[in-house]
Amino acid sequence: MVSPDDVEKIANLADIRLSGDRLGEFTREFNAILEYFDILDTVAEEAGEKRGEFNIMREDEVTPSLPQGEVLALPRDSEEGFIRAPRVME
Amino acid sequence: MKAQGPVTGEDPFNAFITRCEWKPGGKGMLAGIMVAVKDNISTRGIPTSCGSRILEGYTPPYNAHVVDLILREGAGIAGKTNMDEFGMGSSTENSAFGPTKNPADPSRVPGGSSGGSAAAVAAGMVPMALGSDTGGSIRCPAAFCGIVGLKPSYGRVSRYGLVAYANSLEQIGPLARTVREVSLLMEVISRYDPRDSTMGDRPFTPRLTGEVKGLRIGAPAEFFGAGVDPAVGESVREAIGLLEQSGACVVPCSMPSMAYALAAYYVTCTSEASSNLARFDGVRYGTPDDIRKPWHDAFREVRAKGFGEEVRRRILLGTFALSAGYYGKYYAKAQAARRNVSADFARIFRDVDVIAGPTMPTVAFRIGEKTDPLSMYLSDILTVPANLAGIPAVSVPCGKVNGLPVGLQIMGKPLEDERVLDVAYAYEQGAGR
Amino acid sequence: MTVIIGLEIHCQLTTRTKLFCGCSTDYRNDPPNTHTCPICLGLPGTLPCLNRKAVEYALRVAKALNCTVLEEAEFARKNYFYPDLPKGFQITMYDRPLAVDGHLEIEADNGTEKRIRITRVHMEEDPGRLVHVGSGDRPRYSLVDYNRSGIPLIEIVTDPDLRSPKEARRFINTLRTTLEYLGVFDGDREGGLRVDANISMERGSRVEVKNISSYKGVEKALTFEITRQRNVIRRGLSVERETRHFLEARGVTTSARSKEEEHDYRYFPEPDLRPLRVREWCDAIVLPELPAARRVRFADSFGVSPSHARTLCGDLKLADFFEEVVVCGDPILAATWVADTLLGEVYYRDMEIARVPAGHFVELLRLLKKKEITDKGGVEVLRAILDQSARGEVPETPATIVARLNLGKAAGDAFGPVIREVVESCPAAVQDFRNGKPEALNYLVGQAMKRTRGRADPKELARMIREAIGGSGVTG
Ligand SMILES: [Zn+2]
Repeated sequence: MVSPDDVEKIANLADIRLSGDRLGEFTREFNAILEYFDILDTVAEEAGEKRGEFNIMREDEVTPSLPQGEVLALPRDSEEGFIRAPRVME
Repeated sequence: MKAQGPVTGEDPFNAFITRCEWKPGGKGMLAGIMVAVKDNISTRGIPTSCGSRILEGYTPPYNAHVVDLILREGAGIAGKTNMDEFGMGSSTENSAFGPTKNPADPSRVPGGSSGGSAAAVAAGMVPMALGSDTGGSIRCPAAFCGIVGLKPSYGRVSRYGLVAYANSLEQIGPLARTVREVSLLMEVISRYDPRDSTMGDRPFTPRLTGEVKGLRIGAPAEFFGAGVDPAVGESVREAIGLLEQSGACVVPCSMPSMAYALAAYYVTCTSEASSNLARFDGVRYGTPDDIRKPWHDAFREVRAKGFGEEVRRRILLGTFALSAGYYGKYYAKAQAARRNVSADFARIFRDVDVIAGPTMPTVAFRIGEKTDPLSMYLSDILTVPANLAGIPAVSVPCGKVNGLPVGLQIMGKPLEDERVLDVAYAYEQGAGR
Repeated sequence: MTVIIGLEIHCQLTTRTKLFCGCSTDYRNDPPNTHTCPICLGLPGTLPCLNRKAVEYALRVAKALNCTVLEEAEFARKNYFYPDLPKGFQITMYDRPLAVDGHLEIEADNGTEKRIRITRVHMEEDPGRLVHVGSGDRPRYSLVDYNRSGIPLIEIVTDPDLRSPKEARRFINTLRTTLEYLGVFDGDREGGLRVDANISMERGSRVEVKNISSYKGVEKALTFEITRQRNVIRRGLSVERETRHFLEARGVTTSARSKEEEHDYRYFPEPDLRPLRVREWCDAIVLPELPAARRVRFADSFGVSPSHARTLCGDLKLADFFEEVVVCGDPILAATWVADTLLGEVYYRDMEIARVPAGHFVELLRLLKKKEITDKGGVEVLRAILDQSARGEVPETPATIVARLNLGKAAGDAFGPVIREVVESCPAAVQDFRNGKPEALNYLVGQAMKRTRGRADPKELARMIREAIGGSGVTG
């Protein structure tokens, strides 16, 4: 069982805003789903190793980059070749 | 080729988010064929929204590999189809652009998340379409709309350009009215792409013999168990019976890992999604919040405005499953469960050539009928095992229940996409006679 | 109080292309956002594709640091949200790094060799670069340049084996040299190396100092932090476990308050990449000669002194230069002139060794060897060559410069008039010398040197002056 506090903590970590009135409902749904997930506790840990491909690599060969104009056409804000972003504080 | 869009016109089922008319150019295996493309597959010059507000204003500067491939073979693009936001849903109700309706019964969902692609094909707007299947998102709408849809083996089709929801589970695949058309589109889109490190160079060689003599079919009891509408189960058993009449034999088998396959699926896909969807911050593309706000406040605002409820729910679930103290209980366990599912399939496939069962536990439900998230998740129970194990699976129509289509699901050994299509073809031919 | 220091060092690898896309890494003089593509911009739908060369470079490092390569290494996602991180996660390695358990020998504070253990070596991608618009702590907004996004980095983590800021700096210098010898790193590239340091006093809490982005900064940041921690302890308080940022310009560390402390990065294996099994590949790699081996060779085959050998081999380009000019025929003369004279002049000019024409230097060494010019004249010739090179001119040959500046060591009798002039103009010094004050001779030699503009050999001048003023009871 998770509490509304736990859900709020996760929401903070995920940068997802949950309004107060939705928090209770969300917590209930969350618990119903987690309860369903509990069946995973029955899975044996020593399950066989998954074997797939490995060492997939490419050669160190330059391919053309996008023209700056095309890159700067994507965001809403740019300035002297840079892309503008909300302020970050150190 | 230039986009001649946006094109407006009749779209009675709301199958499309963007309609356009990239006219077929030149010769090729798909010359003159208009293909509908799910809106999470990148198209240069055509908006690609994934059914989400958060990508409003975004037009990719590049084509997905599969898009390049179909264009090279002379296909045109009829538009971008509606879908559950980022593929998160089984009904195409979770779209920022409104729900898609099922052409078989417009009061019902077309299934999801590739509901737009399935509806466009079923309604005859296009002969074939591209979808993507993370936990059933091609097969479910194919079954609900009464068409054919293939989820290829993992690594058989390049994911380059497919906006990721759950990378380790999903594949792009074809939807069409007949197995032959599905096979044709698959042949084109499965060509090798070194940009996808999880793809191998394994050309697809269509092999539609319609011959099933001596074919061993497994029908695990778990695929006909609790939660499966008995009428749907009966339809599917009849379909399997038809294959038996053509010379196949049914081998009894069981799949105990079905008990936790769905949980393993939802833990995995939400975990991966919580990471995949972090890039939509409005900075490099999309719509930013006020840039004078502190970064985290702005980021939160962008996500609050841009993501729908189901997306936010899955981001939270995935964040939780990966977080310190819960990783072992959820994510790590889900991966162990996943290996067990693969091991179960491998064991069954020692005695059988294909596994058959229903695609969906029920026929298409009514729009707005499922409000509880968990009950919606449960409808994926029969499709997710193939994604967890990376095996090919096709849904082919097998009759109707209460006038609504039922899908027969045929799953095969890893990389035996040709074989599952051949069996589907045999059924399609046999049922049509 | 014992100081305990461990380092995490991030170095940019000098591959031609980025870690996961084909964009060129050579962005330094180019405008922002000109070396980007859908992959390194993190556009929806793109997938990473691993650069084989970057893996090879990382393996060279792992091998040179005597590490054990893991049977299977794996990329993982480190999830955190920042505008310089285009995907909202960084592809790095977590619980299955490339290599573990290595070591690097450095010179300890007491001059002996010391082994610093390497905890792990892993690969990751560099984020983009942020510029803050506005002032101080409250920027108005930020500007992002993604040219750096996706540059391959290698992270090297040490055990807490370092005991002083000087030792830490020496470790970094030794590591830098080693990486340069391996041909995987360019220490002159701005921003090519970044360091995070963990510091604690014996039995105290560990403080992490982030953001150190220069060689000198490491010693400065650590020295500041140690003083700070000592003061905290002296006041009877205990050092708090925390993360601090180094502010290069002010030479101080400040507490990185808030959220950053409780980061939960939610690592999980990167589903878009396959694991690496590269142990055999690593075994097959043949490393180039490393600094320690080269020092031994310089001493053994050229007779170069240990301290000159250390200086020369401590910089790849300097050592290469030495090997180019040693053909002058006198390795010890060459070592002295490269390690002492040239290095000083080059530092003074902030010039790269690569810009010194080796052929000219060899000719200079030959003139010195044949005693056709004095050491002082040699320095003048060298300065002329360097100044001309620095201005971008084709430098004159040493012979031309000697002739132009009239630096040729003249025959003894040519200085007769100069000697007579000095003796006549400094009667007091002459008298002092005759009265038994030997330092007076130094003064007279100095005067003569001035008038010959350094062309004469001072010893020869002293002999001539003694001869000229004669009659001294003092032996020279
Ligand atoms: Zn790039």
